[in-house]
Amino acid sequence: MLPLLERINRGEVLLADGAMGTMLFERGLKSGQCPESINLSAPHLLEEIATLYLQAGADILHTNTFGGSPLKLAEYGLDDQCHQINCQAIRSVRAVVTDKAFVSLSCGPSGRLLKPYGDTDPEEMRESYRKQLTSILTEPVDMITIETMTDLAEATIAVETARQIAPDIPICATMTFDCTPRGFFTVMGVTTEQAATGLLEAGADIIGSNCGNGIDNMTEIAAEFGKCTNAPLMIQSNAGLPEERDGHLFYPEAPEFMAEKCRKLPSAGVRIIGGCCGTTPAHIAAIRKTLTPGN
Amino acid sequence: MLNQLSDSLMTGNADAVVSLVKQAIDQKLDPGDILNDGLIAGMTVVGQKFKSHEIFLPDVLIAAKAMNAGMEVLKPLLVNEGIPSIGRVVIGTVQGDLHDIGKNLVGIMLKGAGFEVIDLGKDVAPKTFVEAAIENEAQIIGLSALLTTTMPVMKKVVTLATEKGLTGKIKIIIGGAPTSIDYANEIGADAYCYDGINAVDCARRILGVA
Repeated sequence: MLPLLERINRGEVLLADGAMGTMLFERGLKSGQCPESINLSAPHLLEEIATLYLQAGADILHTNTFGGSPLKLAEYGLDDQCHQINCQAIRSVRAVVTDKAFVSLSCGPSGRLLKPYGDTDPEEMRESYRKQLTSILTEPVDMITIETMTDLAEATIAVETARQIAPDIPICATMTFDCTPRGFFTVMGVTTEQAATGLLEAGADIIGSNCGNGIDNMTEIAAEFGKCTNAPLMIQSNAGLPEERDGHLFYPEAPEFMAEKCRKLPSAGVRIIGGCCGTTPAHIAAIRKTLTPGN
Repeated sequence: MLNQLSDSLMTGNADAVVSLVKQAIDQKLDPGDILNDGLIAGMTVVGQKFKSHEIFLPDVLIAAKAMNAGMEVLKPLLVNEGIPSIGRVVIGTVQGDLHDIGKNLVGIMLKGAGFEVIDLGKDVAPKTFVEAAIENEAQIIGLSALLTTTMPVMKKVVTLATEKGLTGKIKIIIGGAPTSIDYANEIGADAYCYDGINAVDCARRILGVA
């Protein structure tokens, strides 16, 4: 298998997996339970989910480590198990994909606000990301995905730390934007242009957006990014905003609907397409179909 | 001077806010006026600008810190003068949910609008909400959830409040990413608020204050 960045540079559009949380909740993850605790209590679920996404045609599979930084794990009193939690997540996905697909370590926000807006010291945050990312020295990965960021300062710390620990591993960094009458901004006020400049300067290879409120907005966000950079982009959209139906959560965007919309993404410079909240192996399989030449 | 106070608050200059509040007190300005025409007036503009996406979360957080610093100085006088707050609200993130950034923002905006806020924190049991509301004679309970799996706890709070005969006496408002107006109706909550500013509007409407 050619290295990830090489495939992207040759013009290939790679497919990432879909939601992890959605899949875990369907498999018994309880309300208020730490999603990453599954890595130690039921790692077979990670293999099951990875298998489904691999079969759906994903080229990149993410680890169940979105909240795997010590700062985040501390909310559940699991910070002392950071290393095991991250290593097991990588091992489980690797066991399934072997060399058939790429494994990417998912790193989500710390859930803390940096000073002066919050009470967290930048060095404390850097140390938290460092501890999580150090797991890749024990269990190697093919990519690092820093995602759902809203604060560029935090995202920068995460990317810089990743770059320091893994000088040669592709780093993807994506932020979450709201659509406002004045354009797209993160809740912390970061524009797509600021994100592009900041994330690339920090050392990211691939940048873009994830989560959000559906594929239509994501298409616009990708176009905005495309205006300010030639760097490869990654887009992982939610299947729309969830709606409550009969006590169950329902994501409105069906696999075929989303896949059809994804056709527009490569022309904006998107080189990795995946799914976020509410997307399933069916969404990934549908997108795979549209990415296959001739469809 | 109160205009200057509200301007300093908008730019998040806590030192200036504190010193202007002190000056206003020294000049024997009415504490209620200092609160309403200085601090709350400034925070209201901050809220409006956040609503229209002219400013973002960091600006609101900085302004809120300045507001709190000013309130520390002013609060003893308000208590002495017997100036009541416009309402008392118990807020918290529901049981099983540890996400509190949104809830904190609601607290900030409510305080900024002159409400007294009792923040129960995160992972709060239904019983705790109801007991705290009774004990503090609150008019409103505000529930927050980010997780779809913890949303059902909101219904438990509504049910418990009904059992305790609080219907109509204590209003329940809800908010958080997975919630909606439909969900609020479904569980019998009194209102759904889509953000911190909207929570202030809801609370004002519920209490009939302009």
